[in-house]
Amino acid sequence: MSRFKKGDTVHVRTDYPQGHARAPYFTRGHQGHIEQITGPYPNAEELAYGRPGAQEPLYRVRFRQQALWPSYQGSPHDTLVADLYEHWLNPGDRS
Amino acid sequence: MGGLEAGPVDLTEAAYAPWQKRVKALALLLIRGDKAQMNVDELRRGIEDLAPEDYERLGYYERWTRSIADILTEKGLFTAEELTVKMAEVEKRWQEQGPK
Repeated sequence: MSRFKKGDTVHVRTDYPQGHARAPYFTRGHQGHIEQITGPYPNAEELAYGRPGAQEPLYRVRFRQQALWPSYQGSPHDTLVADLYEHWLNPGDRS
Repeated sequence: MGGLEAGPVDLTEAAYAPWQKRVKALALLLIRGDKAQMNVDELRRGIEDLAPEDYERLGYYERWTRSIADILTEKGLFTAEELTVKMAEVEKRWQEQGPK
C-alpha cells in the first residue's frame, strides 16, 4: 500500500545518510508532486550492498526547475521528474 | 555529479575500443550470466563510492572496471593482492607478446 497518491505534494527529506543513497542531492529539501506511482520495487539502497531489499513504493515526482536551481534561467514552466522511494518522502506543506 | 557544477558536456560520438566492449560484456555476465556474482545496484554503488579525484580522472568504463574489482574483492572472490599479481602477469605478457 502506498502512502501517497497521484497529485499529492511531497517534501524530499533533507538527509545525508552514510552509504548508498538513491535521492538526487538536488532534490533533497525540495517540494514536488506525485506524478505517478510506479509500483513496489525492492529498495535499491539495500540491493547495492547485495542484500535482498524490502519492497517499497517508488514514485515519479515532478519538481519545478526554478525551485531546484536558484539561478535557473529557463522558463518558469520547466519541470524535472525524479524517481524517489517512499522513505525519502514526507507530506508537503499543501496538497 | 550529484548536481555539482560540471561544465559543458562533450556530445561527440566516440567509437568503443575493444577493451571497453570487453568490460561491458564482463559486467553483463557478472550481473545477468549463469554464474552472476553481483547486481547492477552494486555496480552503481562501486562507481559512486570512488574518491572524487578518481571519479574525475577515470573514463566511463574505467570506473566500471574499478567498481567491478572493488565489489568482487569485497565479496571475497579474490583479494586485492591476487588482482595485483594477475595484472602484473598480464602486463608482462602484453609487453612480451603484444595484445591477444
